[in-house]
Amino acid sequence: MAEVFVKNEKSYKTKKILFTIGVYVFLGLVTISVLIPFYWMIITSLKTQTMIEQVPPIIFLKPNDWQINNYRMLFELVASGPRRGEPLFPFFTYMGNTILVSVITTIGTTITTILAAYAFARLTFKGRDIVFAILLSTMMIPGEIFILTNFLTVYKLGWYDIFNQTYSDAILAMTIPFMTSVFYTFYLRQTFKQIPNELYFAAKVDGTTDFQYLWKIMVPVAMPTIVTIVILNSMGAWNAYIWPQMVTAKDSYRLVSNGLRGAFTDTSTGRTDFGQQMAAAVLVTVPLLIVFFTFRKQIMRGVSRSGIKG
Amino acid sequence: MEKKNNWRAWLYLAPMLILMIVFIFYPLFNAFVISFYKDYQPLLNQRAAGITFTNYTFVWNNYFFKAALKNTFVLAFVSVPVSIVLSLLIAVALNSIPKVKAFFQTVFFLPYVTNGIAVGMAFAVIFNKNYGLFNAFLDWFGIEAYDWIGSTATWGRQITALMIFTIWDSLAFKILVFASGLTNIDKQYYDAAKIDAASRSTVFKRITVPLLSPLILYISITSMIGALKAYNSVIGLFGDKLGGKPRDMITIVAFVYQYRAQYANIGYYSYAAAAAVTLFLITLFFSALQAIVSRKRIHY
Repeated sequence: MAEVFVKNEKSYKTKKILFTIGVYVFLGLVTISVLIPFYWMIITSLKTQTMIEQVPPIIFLKPNDWQINNYRMLFELVASGPRRGEPLFPFFTYMGNTILVSVITTIGTTITTILAAYAFARLTFKGRDIVFAILLSTMMIPGEIFILTNFLTVYKLGWYDIFNQTYSDAILAMTIPFMTSVFYTFYLRQTFKQIPNELYFAAKVDGTTDFQYLWKIMVPVAMPTIVTIVILNSMGAWNAYIWPQMVTAKDSYRLVSNGLRGAFTDTSTGRTDFGQQMAAAVLVTVPLLIVFFTFRKQIMRGVSRSGIKG
Repeated sequence: MEKKNNWRAWLYLAPMLILMIVFIFYPLFNAFVISFYKDYQPLLNQRAAGITFTNYTFVWNNYFFKAALKNTFVLAFVSVPVSIVLSLLIAVALNSIPKVKAFFQTVFFLPYVTNGIAVGMAFAVIFNKNYGLFNAFLDWFGIEAYDWIGSTATWGRQITALMIFTIWDSLAFKILVFASGLTNIDKQYYDAAKIDAASRSTVFKRITVPLLSPLILYISITSMIGALKAYNSVIGLFGDKLGGKPRDMITIVAFVYQYRAQYANIGYYSYAAAAAVTLFLITLFFSALQAIVSRKRIHY
């Protein structure tokens, strides 16, 4: 194939080098654009209000000049207002709630999807393909349409009482409706289908029941997929905003996203304390990034096969 | 054995199906029902006074619903195509440098794993009129300072800021999907193109795009659905006010939530339902349209 290019060998090489340089410049610009918001979040959280308001903005800040006061302020108890006696940003309360909701939802989702994926992948029954197609089609429906009735359902179940909601009711309201996922069922079904039939029949001959076969053979074999599902699903609670806001009667029952917006704006003057706001944003962002860098491969592999977020 | 399997299979499906019937199928059906209720007031009197179509006429003639439609459509029709083209170019660029691909891919994926509200707030600081980074950047090119998201910002500037944030937020997922789609394309096609000394843009137009077209269709449908239900991005960038001036950047979903939140007022829940059903029909229409239009042009 090289002969084709012999004539223009030189110009071909220059072109190739120029192209590679272009690619790196382009990707470099994209990298900067992707990172700037993170950088600005961190650097703003380390500035005093006077530094933040400086024109033109301070773009680089020497480590000596870093101010941790904004972070300290988040944990100071508030003297007045709706959060009286609590920290300005009750990070640990929100974090605890978020982790709890995340763990419960993930356990539920994993169990229901494993069972359903097994039925769709291994068992034959009347209406299987129709049911599967109907379930898949729900993925195209904007979830906002369900929320109206789900709120009423949660209310009728007694989980949302504006005056006397208990913590466990709030947790039930935030977890039960999300304990299943069509996409993860679909994803897991694909993995289950790759496990050879012979294994199933051999196990049958040995007198293994379906249920034993599922837990002792299929689940261990499909573990990488299940781990991906667990990780992706647990990250969901970090982004949940509207539903937790809707079904919780008390601020102390809510999740990290809920406490971020509005908490740092003085209602009488309308001024926002950007330093504290960005410090809170950093606190919320860091745990997610830690999870991401720990499970980078599983997360990226899972997402590259998916099409859903929120 | 077949028969035995029948009831057993339903047993395995039961947990999922029960949850889906209660929290997805029934609510879908019920949203239509509520949207036709007359004088409905859910938590106080659980019964409606009758059936009416006026909820829809109220919503469709509502000033804020029209504003919400305009904002949502502009956002979807600009940000979806722009982010698809951009992420395709980035994915192709990534594929041409296999050695460092993984590094860039990880960096570009970061927006996906972050809290949208937290990053939205960071964008709000960047777009600040007086001391924001964005105006400082424009200043290098001699462009004067504008208000992008504050109370004096024009509609055009606000939607521009919202689009920049939306595109930034949505690139991560698309780059990853397109990049992994590209690695699945048979190398033979590219070798053949090399022999024909085809230019890079020809290769992109004649090989890459056609072979990725099923994936591009899938991504454009899902991101269209995502863009039509924009809400968190508005909260992140503008807060509960939903705009520089209240409700400047209202979206269809924000409209639904505003009326839902006032469920104590007679009929408001039905307005919310009528708006939600409208959104559902719009989504359905665009998904179907994209599927039909592309059917002729997709190479499987």
